[in-house]
Amino acid sequence: MFGLDKKDASLLLIVAVLVAFAPFFLNPFPEGSGWAQFNAGYPDLMQRFVIFGIFAIGFNILFGLTGYLSFGHAAFLGVGSYAAVWMFKLLSMNVIPAIALAVITAGAFALIIGYVSLRRSGIYFSILTLAFAQMSFALAYSVLTPITGGETGLQLALDDPRIFGGAATEGNIPVPGFFGLEMRDSAQLVLGNWVFTFNVGYYFAAIIMLLSFYLSIRIFRSPFGMMLRAVKSNQQRLNYTGLNPRPYTLAAFVISGMYAGLAGGLMASMDPLAGAERMFWTASGEVVLMTILGGVGTLIGPVLGAGMIKYMENIISKINSDILHSWFAFLPDGLEDLVVTLIYPFIGKGWHLTLGIVFMLVVIFLPGGLVQGGQKLAGLFGRKKAQEPKNATTEPAE
Amino acid sequence: MSKGNLTRRGVLKTGAVAGAGLALPTYLSAQESGFTNAPTGSTVTLGFNVPQSGPYADEGADELRAYELAVEHLNGEGDGGMLNTFSSKALQGSGILGKKVEYVTGDTQTKSDAARASAKSMIEKDGAVMITGGSSSGVAVAVQALCQEAGVIFMAGLTHSNDTTGKDKRANGFRHFFNSYMSGAALAPVLAANYGTDRKAYHLTADYNWGYTTEEAVKSSTEAMGWETVGTVLTPLTQTDFSSYITPVLQSDADVLVLNHYGGNMVNSLTNAVQFGLRDRVVNGKNFEIVVPLYSRLMAKGAGANVKGIFGSTNWHWSLQDEGSKQFVQSFGTKYGFPPSQAAHTCYVQALLYADAVERAGSFQPCAVVEALEGFEFDGMGNGPTLYRAEDHQCFKDVLVVKGKENPTSEFDLLEIVEVTPVDQVTYAPDHPQFAGGALGSCNNGA
Repeated sequence: MFGLDKKDASLLLIVAVLVAFAPFFLNPFPEGSGWAQFNAGYPDLMQRFVIFGIFAIGFNILFGLTGYLSFGHAAFLGVGSYAAVWMFKLLSMNVIPAIALAVITAGAFALIIGYVSLRRSGIYFSILTLAFAQMSFALAYSVLTPITGGETGLQLALDDPRIFGGAATEGNIPVPGFFGLEMRDSAQLVLGNWVFTFNVGYYFAAIIMLLSFYLSIRIFRSPFGMMLRAVKSNQQRLNYTGLNPRPYTLAAFVISGMYAGLAGGLMASMDPLAGAERMFWTASGEVVLMTILGGVGTLIGPVLGAGMIKYMENIISKINSDILHSWFAFLPDGLEDLVVTLIYPFIGKGWHLTLGIVFMLVVIFLPGGLVQGGQKLAGLFGRKKAQEPKNATTEPAE
Repeated sequence: MSKGNLTRRGVLKTGAVAGAGLALPTYLSAQESGFTNAPTGSTVTLGFNVPQSGPYADEGADELRAYELAVEHLNGEGDGGMLNTFSSKALQGSGILGKKVEYVTGDTQTKSDAARASAKSMIEKDGAVMITGGSSSGVAVAVQALCQEAGVIFMAGLTHSNDTTGKDKRANGFRHFFNSYMSGAALAPVLAANYGTDRKAYHLTADYNWGYTTEEAVKSSTEAMGWETVGTVLTPLTQTDFSSYITPVLQSDADVLVLNHYGGNMVNSLTNAVQFGLRDRVVNGKNFEIVVPLYSRLMAKGAGANVKGIFGSTNWHWSLQDEGSKQFVQSFGTKYGFPPSQAAHTCYVQALLYADAVERAGSFQPCAVVEALEGFEFDGMGNGPTLYRAEDHQCFKDVLVVKGKENPTSEFDLLEIVEVTPVDQVTYAPDHPQFAGGALGSCNNGA
């Protein structure tokens, strides 16, 4: 199907089904119950899942296939966001031109940075990309304030030109939409105590995510993907055989930058604001974590990693001590306080700590990431022995 | 994990749901009440979005304490705090409109993106009808725009940049805290009185939005007094060692150094300036002086003995002796064991002002609340008679000029009030050039 072999096609289908029914999967607990805290099926977080999924899929094309570890990928995400918001300001509130320009700008930016950075490999490449990203961040934060809005970020205003219509309605800024379909519109399905929200923006981003996922499968299985793997396994040998790896790595870098730009454009479409923090090095580090957590070089891994990190960031970080106390209220007073004191450092602002522990556990016990965990489980419970996937290679680059 | 379930039914189902998701009529936004997150049960949820990590985590923690105190007082627990001194008597300590106040918290991380994500989850998931808090102008502006779009009220926390109620103002957003312009206008006369009118000032300014507006405000106010600005230099926000920026000051003929820095930046730059012996210098026959436009107790604590005798401005200080301040300091002190910071004060007041506006409007509907707050005059909240101006949703009240205390008696007693600048002196026209551009728009109920 679609030029994929059976295994890839079924993987794509599984992802499609998961994504389509995400509003159900992510809201397993009824409203008003104590567990509702862990529900993740609200539009903003679901949008983030798929958008960061796209970002991580793109990053994986570079890191997973060529082994080049870019520490500055957030710069492309930021550039994409700025481009998209400018389209909203100047052209119209339709998301199509915004996303298109985001991808193009990020691609051009990646071409320039990649051309310079790819002259080195290994740690030097990582540091170069990190330097470029930090430079972009610093520029966006202060020097380029007229273009980027500086610290406050680039926002829409009532008096933006928007030459193709979409004028302010009743003193309010119009919202981004897809030919009249507003990204923030939602419909709710109430079944007993359960409330499921279906958001236009989410499904729009989800369809784009499926397309990107499909494209990434095709790249993984193409001769081009094979060349990239060759770069990863032994670049020197590739050189000796008379092949110049640079065009391939540069192409991979640009493609992966365009993925990041696409994610940035989508982020701006869901929430029309672009801030410089999006380009900060911690944001670049985050996508590295997502990819490693999920499984480097696997198809589905980065998406899982992105979902995991965003879930912790948005759900764990919102549990505060009052909520803890209400959970353990059934315990005797002294014991309740003890339990709350023990758990408290890991929730709320301590979510980074929890994430760190999970990351360490994954790296130590599941070097192949969550995907390897899934395979082990499948091997335990499945009828047939789990096969080694063709592409779940975890050898370090070079 | 890839088991072949490629069936016709699966494909059809996927397509049908994706199609349905896109085609379903949109009735989430069109609730019967006509506005976003109308409280239906016996409780109402407020969202407290404060920095719990990052550079302003201390301020954030103090803000959260203040909000918890405010919720207690609104629900009729504790000693009532400023409800006893507040000039409006609409609040009875029985929640808001009879609904018990509950709250959710989030971490802004002092990043616009994270702050918006956290505010969005409060609105979309927890059903918050009002968002408040924050300790940076970037975050305030970003969250304010989000609340405008979503159709909830935003009560800004600590945000000092002119832009929050200037070019980035929004109809659903309100600011109680003072701003850069007010700092400049309040400081200039005090500086002229103490240091004379023929000074030469050198500015070191944090290289971001708040820095720019503060530099502009202080520059124009002091120049109007006769001062001359001999140099302005931007310093990166992430700078921790300011030595290389101090050396040029020594070579210039400036005799005043203005540090447009906040938080850790200010602590470091002031410490460097003192280490370089700037305060012992004599230039043009005058003693060299240092000025810090925006002061906070937490900054004074960080800079230690270096702040002694240095002028700055602040929104509120716990040593004020009016009834409202005394009440608030007492309730806060009883609960937490130390006096509140200005961040805590502004957040506490904002929470009460919102509750009071809802009570007076008789509805949680954002447009009704906006109407109740616009042009609202009140007293008894620690800053004297105050006006919420309708044109830009900025509070106008007295501004405090403070200086570092020479002989602090405790770790909280670091600043002393030099002058309470009356409100008339810091009032400006809504179309003042420092606030130009941008439009309030109209209030949004979220339809």
